Amino acid sequence: MQDLTEQILELVRVTSTDLPPDVEKVLVEAYEREEPGSAAKGAMETIMANVAMTRKNSTPICQDTGTPIFFVHYPEGYNPRLLREQIKSAIAQATKKTYLRPNAVDSLSGKNTGNNLGDQHFPSIHFEEVDGDTLTIDLILKGGGCENVGMQYSLPNDPMKAGRDLEGVRRAALDAVFRAQGEGCAPGFLGIAVGGDRGTSYDASKEALLRKVDDHNPNPDLDALEKRITDEANQLGIGPMGFGGKTTVMGTKITATHRLPASFFVTLSYMCWAFRRRKMTVKGDQVTYE
Amino acid sequence: MIKLTVPISDESIRSLKVGDSVLLTGIIMTGRDAVHKWIADTFIKKTRQPAGDDLEVYEAIKPMLNGGLIYHCGPVVGGLDTKQYRFVAAGPTTSIREEPYQGDVMHHFNMKGVIGKGGMAAKTLKACQEVPGVYFHAIGGAASLIAQSVQKVVGVHKLDFGVPEAIWVIDVKDFPVVVTMDAHGNSLHDVVRQQSKLVLDRLSA
Repeated sequence: MQDLTEQILELVRVTSTDLPPDVEKVLVEAYEREEPGSAAKGAMETIMANVAMTRKNSTPICQDTGTPIFFVHYPEGYNPRLLREQIKSAIAQATKKTYLRPNAVDSLSGKNTGNNLGDQHFPSIHFEEVDGDTLTIDLILKGGGCENVGMQYSLPNDPMKAGRDLEGVRRAALDAVFRAQGEGCAPGFLGIAVGGDRGTSYDASKEALLRKVDDHNPNPDLDALEKRITDEANQLGIGPMGFGGKTTVMGTKITATHRLPASFFVTLSYMCWAFRRRKMTVKGDQVTYE
Repeated sequence: MIKLTVPISDESIRSLKVGDSVLLTGIIMTGRDAVHKWIADTFIKKTRQPAGDDLEVYEAIKPMLNGGLIYHCGPVVGGLDTKQYRFVAAGPTTSIREEPYQGDVMHHFNMKGVIGKGGMAAKTLKACQEVPGVYFHAIGGAASLIAQSVQKVVGVHKLDFGVPEAIWVIDVKDFPVVVTMDAHGNSLHDVVRQQSKLVLDRLSA
C-alpha cells in the first residue's frame, strides 16, 4: 500500500484554507440578498473578503479549525490501520504548518496535546470497505461554535407539538435554528438525521453534510422538507452573525436511518458558514481533489 | 466609521450605540474559557489559592484591562518554535460561554468591554450599564482577515493553558467590530431573539 501522508496533508490544507465552490456560490447569493448598508451585508462582505484572502495565502479560513472528521471508503488492498497512521501523521504536520490550530484537549487535565492528536476518537475517522478499486477520503473541519449548537430531540415532544412524523422533524429543526441564533456563525447549513440511536444519529447527521449544497434528496418527501426548512429558517430573520437579515440557513440535508420501536430521534448538526468540506479520490497512482 | 483607541474613556463608551461600526486600535489581550475561569476562581471568588506565576500574570494584565478589552479568541499562531510569534488566523469565538463570569470580570478590572461573537446575555448587559462597557461583535470565521489587523504579538501568558486558551497580548490597528450591546441596556441580540421567536411561534402554530 502506498504512503498517502503527503496527499492527505494536501487534503487538510485545501480543506482548511480554500472553501468549496458549491459553498462559496451560496455565500455570494446570501451576500447579494442582504440590504445595502445593513450590518448583515457588512458581515457577508467581510466573509467574502476573508474567503478570497485565505485561498490566496493558504491560511485557515477560521481559527477554529475544528474537529477533523474523516470518512474513508477503501477498496480491498488498503489497510485501515496504516491509513489511520498516515492520517494522524498528516494532521500533526498540518498543525505544525499552521493549517490547523492545536485543538485536542484532554478533558480531565485540560492539557492541549499541541499536535491535534488525542485518543482514538480525535481526529474522528470513519472507515468503510467498498467494492471497486477507488479510495475516497472526505474531510470536514467542524468548529466548536457550530458543534455546540447541535441538538438532539426525542419525539414526541409535547411543548413543541412535534410528533413522530416529518412535521415533527420540521418543528424540531426550526426550534434548533431559533436556539442557535447567531452563535453557530450563521448563515449555516443543517445536517439532520431522523432515527438511529443517539450515537448513530449524530454520526448520520454529520455524514448528511457530505452532500453538495445544490443536490437533491432522492426521496421526494425529504427533498421537499429540506427546501421548506431552509425557507422557513430564513423567515426567522436571524441573519448573518445573528445581526438580523435575510439569510440564516443556506442548505438543509436530511437522512433517515432505522430506529428502535421505542425511539424517534431527530438529530441536527449545525455547520457554520465556513463549511470546510473536501474530498480526495485515489485511483491507482492518480490523486484528485474536489 | 468610529475610531477608538484602547484604553477607552467612559465618555467614549457611553457615546456608542447598538449598530455602530468601530475600528479599534491599541493593546488588547485574548482570553476565553480557561482564562475566565482562572480569573474568577483565583481572584474574584477566591475558591483556589494563587499558584505558580498566577500573581505575576495578574499584576501584568491588571493595568492592561483597566479601561481595556478582552478579546474572546483562540488564535492560530505561527512561530511557536522560535517564539517569534505571529497571528495567522484570529477570529472571535462564541462569547456566551463566558456569561457566568464576564460581568464580574468587567467590574473587577474596570474593563470597557469585550470583543467576541454571538453576543451575551443579561448579566453582561447589566455590567455594561454599570461599569460602563459595550460588547463589540467581530465577524465569526473571518479569521485571516482579522489577523491582518494584529500588528504585533507583544507577549503571551499562561501558554500552559494551550495555544487557543493562552493570554495573547496583541497590538491591533483598525480592528473592525460592530457594537451589538451598549452601555444603555440595548442589545441587538435581544431584539433579534424576540423577533425570531414571534416568527417561530407562527411557523409552529
